[in-house]
Amino acid sequence: MKTNVAELQVCSPRSIDEALQQRRDIPGLTPIAGGTEVLVWLNDAKFAGKTYQSLHGLAKDWRYVRANKDGTLGIGALATYSDVRFHPVVKERYPLLVESARVTGALQIQNRGTPVGNIANGSPAADTVPSLLVYDAKLKLKSLRGERLVDLKDFFTGYRRNVMTSDELITEIVLPPPLFMPAQQHYRKVGTREAQAISKVVFAGARSAAGVRLAWGSLAPTTIRALKTEAALQNGADANAAWEILQREIAPIDDIRSTAEYRRKVARNILFEFLNKLANTL
Amino acid sequence: MHDDEQSDVQQAAFRTSRRGFLKGVGIASAATVVLPGLSLGQEEAAGTPGLKEFGSGPLEISLKVNGDERKLSIEPRTTLLDALRTKLALTGTKEICDRGSCGGCTVLVDGRAMVSCMTLAIDMQGREITTAEGIGKDPGFAPLVDSFCEHDAAQCGFCIPGILVRSAALLKEIPNPTPLEIREGLAGNICRCGTYSRIFDAVEACAKKGGVA
Repeated sequence: MKTNVAELQVCSPRSIDEALQQRRDIPGLTPIAGGTEVLVWLNDAKFAGKTYQSLHGLAKDWRYVRANKDGTLGIGALATYSDVRFHPVVKERYPLLVESARVTGALQIQNRGTPVGNIANGSPAADTVPSLLVYDAKLKLKSLRGERLVDLKDFFTGYRRNVMTSDELITEIVLPPPLFMPAQQHYRKVGTREAQAISKVVFAGARSAAGVRLAWGSLAPTTIRALKTEAALQNGADANAAWEILQREIAPIDDIRSTAEYRRKVARNILFEFLNKLANTL
Repeated sequence: MHDDEQSDVQQAAFRTSRRGFLKGVGIASAATVVLPGLSLGQEEAAGTPGLKEFGSGPLEISLKVNGDERKLSIEPRTTLLDALRTKLALTGTKEICDRGSCGGCTVLVDGRAMVSCMTLAIDMQGREITTAEGIGKDPGFAPLVDSFCEHDAAQCGFCIPGILVRSAALLKEIPNPTPLEIREGLAGNICRCGTYSRIFDAVEACAKKGGVA
């Protein structure tokens, strides 16, 4: 069933202050960045609230990908997947992010959708979130009360739930300087088709002297870092031992896109593929 | 009372109460002011300054579509797709999935392909919108249209306007694409008749004959 759109309202703030005021003063306000998730809800009468905040007018403030002097990278709330994917510094330093943006929908979606929206939406199948987890991303959350920095790995608290308060907006993703060489990184999305698909399982991983990162989508109520498996690998566990631990860190389910059993098999195959790739590049 | 009239009255009452509420929290007045056609030089970072509206009531806006400034009256929640089709009668932009999955509603915004079903019309003020109709009447793209015809690229043809629009942008981005680049470039457009190979051939042949202008 379609949403009764006559009941919906949209506000378009002209400044950051106005946007934050609206966040504080209008209960149940749903922000829209690219709209590639929120506008899908129109078809399903799944709108959570009645009032929407289109942030499009803040593009002059928030649409940027910025390499900072201290070696960090800032991705503004309204930077699109295309902005990220084709940015020279991202291409040079953060290949997993390039790859995950490339396989998000297809170009028509990448020209609209945003990685920050991907995070705020909180889907466990988000394509870019595992890459950002590998890179130890932090999020800038802003409200009229001030600004705070939250680790992405601590951001999600449950299925589509997060630590944001109702008056906050995510203004930027901050990536620290890269820790991994391109050959030490691996991204794999398994879906029904190459483009325009939502993942059955999605993985981003990396390993160097600086540590191991294993980040997964579609295997739990949120995108996750497999911290125990990471620790085991760091302590020299082999692939079979790592899989024993990983199995207990994931909680795949049957749904419209796949089955728990298939997801387990694919997760195991991806883990082995990743570890083989590392072994062959040493 | 006729059903439609009743619902109109209910809607009007609803609007009034919402506006009253919004006014009460001190962030919007009932009067909506929209600045006419903004000329934004830098398409990328521009956004739509000077725009602010609430409510489900109609709003007068202006969109630049295929080179013409068009005035229309829409509710703020209207997608670009609905505005083009129902308000401007530009039905070359197809509504197929209406959820960003098929590419049938692809239009160009400042030369870049986007799904118009996932785009609010109010956000597109001041931007250059090109639809399939615009591609069709632009002599620079005639070789592409001809190539689609020569290769018999359409079966039922319903997806073709969206594919034509995306192909036009693709050949501007990459004048001589490899077969793989064509496939990846058109990955966001779905054809359920499955004439992909002819579509890809049409784009490739057009590029080899000198492309688009």
